[in-house]
Amino acid sequence: MASGKTSNAYTLGFAALVTLICSILLASAATLLKPLQDTNIQLDIKYNILSVLDLVGEEEMEAQKLLDLFNENISSFVVSTDGSVVPDREVTSLDPKTDLDLLPVYCRKEGEEIVAYCIPTSGKGLWSTIKGYISLEQDLNTVKGITFYSHGETPGLGGEIERDWFTDAFAGKRILSGTGELVSIKVAKGKVRADEKHPEHYVDGISGSTLTGNGINIFLQETLEKYEPYFKTVRGVDS
Amino acid sequence: MSLFDKKHQGFVKDPLMDDNPIATQVLGICSALAVTVQLKTAMVMSVAVIFVLSFSNLIVAAIRNKVPSNIRIIVELSIIASLVILVDQVLKAYLYDVSKQLSVFVGLIITNCIVLGRAEAFALQNKPWPSLLDGIGNGLGYSLILIAVAFGRELLGSGSLFGFQIVPDALYAAGYQNMGLMVLAPGAFILLGLIIWIQRAITGIVAE
Repeated sequence: MASGKTSNAYTLGFAALVTLICSILLASAATLLKPLQDTNIQLDIKYNILSVLDLVGEEEMEAQKLLDLFNENISSFVVSTDGSVVPDREVTSLDPKTDLDLLPVYCRKEGEEIVAYCIPTSGKGLWSTIKGYISLEQDLNTVKGITFYSHGETPGLGGEIERDWFTDAFAGKRILSGTGELVSIKVAKGKVRADEKHPEHYVDGISGSTLTGNGINIFLQETLEKYEPYFKTVRGVDS
Repeated sequence: MSLFDKKHQGFVKDPLMDDNPIATQVLGICSALAVTVQLKTAMVMSVAVIFVLSFSNLIVAAIRNKVPSNIRIIVELSIIASLVILVDQVLKAYLYDVSKQLSVFVGLIITNCIVLGRAEAFALQNKPWPSLLDGIGNGLGYSLILIAVAFGRELLGSGSLFGFQIVPDALYAAGYQNMGLMVLAPGAFILLGLIIWIQRAITGIVAE
């Protein structure tokens, strides 16, 4: 006959109590800290946009200074996948789940002139959703920079995508072929081959993380394809 | 019996040297390798582990007579996991940059053998106060090694300490280069091996 400390009822009751206390503790901690965490995430997003547009370096910065810099230099607007600008929406009001055909664009302005564009890109890597920003020069062809700010890839392998040595290689690459077709940028398997005919579309891959690289290839292409109609209209005006 | 007599001092002192969780018991190696590229992350990790270890020991010891023995590991893990998630949330709110660098390794404190090991081996048999001291002691012992490894890795691998450049530019100009090996995991293995060697040479402990 089981009784006292060894009875099933006691064990179940004890487990239930522990679970209850732990969950109340964690739920309240999560709720209380949420506003602070959200501020940090927003700030981090702005920092990433600024850094991919070459406005901030590695140095640490006060939150307020960063916000000022962002507000002074960056303007944002919403475009549709058919290429038109949607004037009555703000980038902050976009919900990625429902606004499937609306896309945010951030641009760096010098005076009235737009000197660089920045767009968010994200998709599946090997283990996780990778999120980042890619920025393009005024010609909407040359890559200015890329940054990956959130991912859960293997540290030391796929996780290396956030490192400068990997992202720096994107700068100066081209997303259009010589005839103006979109070809995107591909992460090569290992180093870019020496006899590669179009090295301007390839960056060195990371050995041991081919699948992360493949993931990037796929979602980068998808992102650029979605924006291409809008980019075409901009390029058309310029030339 | 006072709260700070010789026996109780031993709970804190022993894990620092003679019974160090990393160097002698060889527990918790994984995170010791992962977060020691920079001193700053190693420090934050140390504080997180000391916090989790002390409180998990304290709580487990406090309820040790009430826990049904057939689910004791699950209960211990629930407590440890809750504490770790708490630390993770606080880091995300107040030290966002560091929490990004530590990434999964804060979460992995849950599986750090030292934490469950001390709960099982010590807190279940002892009163809360000695258990708390044991937790702090083992946490400090872990931190000591972590910081020693991080010191070597950041100095040799990046030429800096806490992000401040230590190696003068003149030395770089003279052809000195940072040791790339130290930034990678094998660098930590080598340093850790050397530290364990020194520690055992001093304490005279020989593994069976």
